[in-house]
Parts: sequence; structure tokens; C-alpha cells
Amino acid sequence: VNAPRGGVGGGNDFQWCFSQVKGAIDEDVAEADIISTVEFNCSGELLATGDKGGRVVIFQREQESKNRLLSRGEYNVYSTFQSHEPEFDYLKSLEIEEKINKIRWLPQQNAAHFLLSANDKTIKLWKISERDKRAEGYNLKDEDGRLRDQFRITTLRVPVLMPMDLMVEASPRRIFANAHTYHINSISVNSDYETYLSADDLRINLWHLEITDRSFNIVDIKPANMEELTEVITAAECHPHQCNVFVYSSSKGTIRLCDTRAAALCDRHSKFFEEPEDPSSRSFFSEIISSISDVKFSHSGRYMMTRDYLSVKVWDLNMENRPVETYQVHEYLRSKLCSLYENDCIFDKFECCWNGSDSAIMTGSYNNFFRMFDRNTRRDITLEASRENSKPRAMLKPRKVCTGGKRKKDEISVDSLDFNKKILHTAWHPKENVIAVAATNNLYIFQDKIN
Amino acid sequence: MFSKGTKRKFSDGGEAISDESLLGARVASSYSLQRQSLLDMSLIKLQLCHMLVEPNLCRSVLIANTVRQIQEEMTHDGSWHMVTEAFCSAGQSPSERLVATEVLCRSREQDAEPKLFSVISYEGCREEEVVADETLCSVSVSNTVSNVCLAGRMGQCWEKSELSGVERDEEVLEDSRLGSGEDEEIATEDGASTESPKTIGQVFGTFEIKNGSPGPDSALEELFSDVDTSYYDLDTMLTGMQSAPKMGPYDLLDSLAPSHSSPSIVSTPNCRSDLNELDHIMEIIVGS
Repeated sequence: VNAPRGGVGGGNDFQWCFSQVKGAIDEDVAEADIISTVEFNCSGELLATGDKGGRVVIFQREQESKNRLLSRGEYNVYSTFQSHEPEFDYLKSLEIEEKINKIRWLPQQNAAHFLLSANDKTIKLWKISERDKRAEGYNLKDEDGRLRDQFRITTLRVPVLMPMDLMVEASPRRIFANAHTYHINSISVNSDYETYLSADDLRINLWHLEITDRSFNIVDIKPANMEELTEVITAAECHPHQCNVFVYSSSKGTIRLCDTRAAALCDRHSKFFEEPEDPSSRSFFSEIISSISDVKFSHSGRYMMTRDYLSVKVWDLNMENRPVETYQVHEYLRSKLCSLYENDCIFDKFECCWNGSDSAIMTGSYNNFFRMFDRNTRRDITLEASRENSKPRAMLKPRKVCTGGKRKKDEISVDSLDFNKKILHTAWHPKENVIAVAATNNLYIFQDKIN
Repeated sequence: MFSKGTKRKFSDGGEAISDESLLGARVASSYSLQRQSLLDMSLIKLQLCHMLVEPNLCRSVLIANTVRQIQEEMTHDGSWHMVTEAFCSAGQSPSERLVATEVLCRSREQDAEPKLFSVISYEGCREEEVVADETLCSVSVSNTVSNVCLAGRMGQCWEKSELSGVERDEEVLEDSRLGSGEDEEIATEDGASTESPKTIGQVFGTFEIKNGSPGPDSALEELFSDVDTSYYDLDTMLTGMQSAPKMGPYDLLDSLAPSHSSPSIVSTPNCRSDLNELDHIMEIIVGS
């Protein structure tokens, strides 16, 4: 029996190894290349990233080769396209960034793949399809496409489908625009596979995938007088199985679960989740660090997870007054909140994700660290996404931040952390222990070691 | 660092001050200083929005809430009135008092022009928008007049806005001077909360321009009804432009704030991002 070596995930102990890294090595990072969202599709075969330049890059996992037992299928570029362009809001004289805020895949229903990509204002439905055959032997035109001289045609033939080099085409099938006054922070496909929701700072809209010229506004928290605004929507998600249920989180650390059957406008929640504040730790920054940056349902639909600045919390949907589990991501930052407020890092929005079996959760931190928590064993691990640890199949070494006192070897002190290297976006393969971690402009893929 | 500690009033000279009360006074004044510094920092953050792209509403709301919290606490302390009284006695008009914390005055050059830039451009584009041809819009608009996006006509928009904006600016100055009496009224009524509504209204006012209501007639009306005119008043206070000089396109560029991506407020701005930003703005103005 192998002694556990600090691995986390699943029922067994897994050991995370470097698999691949995508992106430029340059120290000089082009702003447009900064990855802003990462998402596996429902089967895990495809991995999509969106960046600040409005581009979407999709990676496809190659088929496992029997010859190379030690390496699982690698992800290679499958399609790259420009999803959004920068626009100019004429009325406010402000630019609308082309940055892709979220990508969500639709469940696959035929040979083509569909995904939704959203920037601050517009959502687009993209169809990604393959073409690997070409018809040859037309009667009226020759191979170049030029029309043949009709008098030369003496026989008729049936065109034949011939194989060609694989071509992957991405085409925009729907554009859902002009429905958001504020910045879109979330999109979520409903379990009915017909509708999806999009949320901005103050409103949530429900769309039908086929209809682009109208959407239903289902949540509106905009006050009549904007000066009274004290709370905004930070994230929203549809329940994975119940198509009438969705949740949205706020900047005050609350989560509201709503039922679309109850009313057309879901301003009144069905459930209200909030953890009472610990009065002894109250400070001027309490509200800011309680602001929820991400909310995700578990695959089972029984739990949901929220990420605030310093912790990740798991909630049982049946218990509203407190979370069932709380995990500290980087508690050592609590004493640095003033500096983090000054340099705006306190407003960083970290995402979180579940593994396929809901037994583990993952979220990012600073210094290109990311953290994993095993819900069963209560063990946690800190790993780093860096080029230094990027030898093929090299096992990742656990990292540790020294919080005070004597710094041990290999530990890093809080003051040495690089706050510009932040891991905001991570994704976990829906079925296997493969994770994708976005570190600024690089995408790291890690896999568990096969024994 | 900012957890609530016990507060004691700083005892003035004349009394015999014991070590204990002196220490307490030091702690209290240190806390007050930190709190004041946090307040100043927060107010700067609210002003220094990156005005090329719409500022992050969540961040603005959180900062504004922090400002409110501090002001509430200072009101309970009694220290808020001290602050406002001090500035009143200095002979400044009440509306100037709103932003008259030392730090804001120091950074006036920084935050002044971006606001002006956006005021000018907003004004100019609003006038032009009314007669805009729908075919110019890059995104098709169904009913709503408000959601007009324009790409490729950017150059013309900026040029036109500068000219009309400067004229408008002179008007605004007149309004603000007349308006100062009104401000005083509000100030005495509300006490501590004067500053935040103005600041917050100005920040959130930027967002309150669009609305998705159906029908072109009501859309136009509602469009303009949302405009928060206090926005302009505060802005002229910040710029301190008593006599509005005629500004050419290059003056705007010269006075733009450094890019918001600089890690700390007091650090020197990143020159490279400055240049990129200037190039970007030049492109827009020149319409290349």
C-alpha cells in the first residue's frame, strides 16, 4: 500500500503531476493574452479558454494511445476564433471590453459542439463543427470552382465524398445583445437545455437559446435611486437538475435561491443563505472580504460552494443559516487587508470548482498557488503553477506559506508572495482527475499520476 | 489593523496627563489617523475611475460602503463634525468642502482631467446621439434608443464632443456657483452624510444613463431624466476651473491620469502603460 504523500482528490490519494502548459513564455505579458475564463465541456474532451483579447481557444484531448501508457491524452489546439470585438458605447462614451468573462458549454446533442461566450454586454452562441470530407467530381464546375464550359460536358457523374484534412469551423449562431445595462458576470445553461440565464451587477435575465430579441428579466435589485445602491449581484447559477431553481450571490456575502415557478419576477427569494458575522473579527474590510466572487452547485445538486476573499464555503441547500464546511484559502492575508485594499487585490474575484464526484474542491490564490481541499479526509494541499515545475510528468511538490516565526526551507514568507501572479480561473475535468489552471497568460494542465 | 479598539478622547493640555491616558490617547489618535487615511484612500479610489472603460460597479459599491461605514463611525465619535467645521472656518464654500480632504486636493491634477474628459465626451455624444442614424450603429437596436453602440465612427464622435463640451463646461460652472447655496442647505440638514451622497451619486450616476424601456418617445425622456447633474458640479470643483480655458485635443492627453493598473496609488505610474493609453486615445481622437 502506498503511503499517502499529500495527494488530494477522490477516495484514493492522487498525486498531481505536470502534464502540459500552453501560452507564451515571455516575461512580457500582452494584456490581450491574459486568460479570463476556463471551462471543460460536459465530457471533458474539450477545454475552452477565453482571454482579454476576446478570443476563444478550444483544446481537444487526443485519443489515448495504447503505445504510450504513461501519458494520458494530451490537449491540443482544436479551434481558435475571435468571439468578441471591442465596441464603443456611444451614449456613455465608454469602451466595451472584448474580454470574455465566461464560457459555458451546451450539452452535446449532435456532431457539432456549442458554447456560449459572454463579454460585459453580449452573449454569443458559437457552433464548432468539423469538416473532414469534401465533395469532388461536380458536373458543372471543376476542382478550382470555375464553371465548366457546358459544351464540354459529355457525361454525368455523381459527386463523391473524399476525405480531406480536418477543418474545424466556428460560427456564431446566435447573438444575445442589448439586454444588460451593467456588466455581465455569469451565464449558466439550464438543465432543460432550452434556456439559460445571464447575470449582471443588478439584474438577471432568462433567455431561450433560440430567441435573441427578447429575454425575461427574473431578478432586478436596482434601487429606484442609484444613490441607495449598497449591494450588487456577483454570480449566478442554474441548479444542475431542477430547471426551475437558480441561485445568485451578492457583494454582501449572501446567497439567494429562487424558484421561477413562484413568480415571474424572482425578487423574493425562496431561500436566503448567510453566515452570521463573527463580531470579534469585524473591521472596515469585513464586508469587502465577505463579498462572494463565485458560486457553484455540486454535481449532485445537494450542495453549493461559495468563494469569498479568504475562504471557500460549502452549503447544504437545506440549511440556510450557516455553511456545512468552511475552508481557509489564505488566512495569512487577513493581517494584510489594508495593503490589499490599497493595491486593489482585495477586489480580485477568485473562482472555485468541484471535482466530478464532489469529493474535492479547488480554488486559486496568489503567487500562482492554487489550493485543493478533500472534503472527506479534510486534507488540503497547496500547489504551484510555474514553469520551474514543468518537466513532463513531474510530480508537483506541495507548497507552504510561512505565516510567522522561523521560515523553514522551501517555505515562502507572506511578504515574498507575488500578488500579480494570481490564479483566478481553474477547472476540473468532469470525470477524471485532470485540472486546468490559468496563470495569467499561461494555461497549465495537471493530471494525477498513474500508478 | 483596523479592528475596533477602545476610543478615548484626546485630552487637551492643561491637565496632568498620566502615562496610561497618554498611551490610550496615542492608540486612539493612531486609530483615528488610520481611519482617516482609509477614508482618504477610499475617496481617491472612487474618483480615480479608469474612464475609458466603465468602472467596476461592484468595486465602487464596496468602496462606497466602506466610506459610509467610516463616516458613520466618525459621526458617532463626534469627529466628523470636527472635520467639516474645520473646513467651514477656512472660508471655503460648502460644496468644495465635499472633497476638501487634503489628499484629494493634492491629487487634483490626477483625477481632474479624466472626469473632465468624460464629462465633455458624454455631453457631446448625447447631443449627437439624438440625431444619430441607426445604420451607424454596429449593434442592431430593436426599440430602445438608449442602447446605441458605435464602432468605426469613434473618431468623429470624440472630435465633435470636445468642441461642444468646452462650451457646455462654461455653462456648468455657472450652475455650480448658483448651486452652492443649495448644497449648504443639504449639508446642515444631513450632517455627516453630505459627502457620501454626492460622491456616490456621482460615481453611480455614470451608470444611470441607459435604460431598456420600450417606445422611442418615453425612452428619450427617461434617458435624460436619469442624468445626475451633481456629477458636473462636483467635477468642476475638482478641476477648480474658475475660468475655463479653451482646451485643444492635446491638452486632454497631457493631463490624463496614469493607468489604473498601477499597483498602488502613491507609486510612480507605469510609463509604458501610460504611453499605450495615450496612443490608444490618440487613435480614437484622430480616428485612424
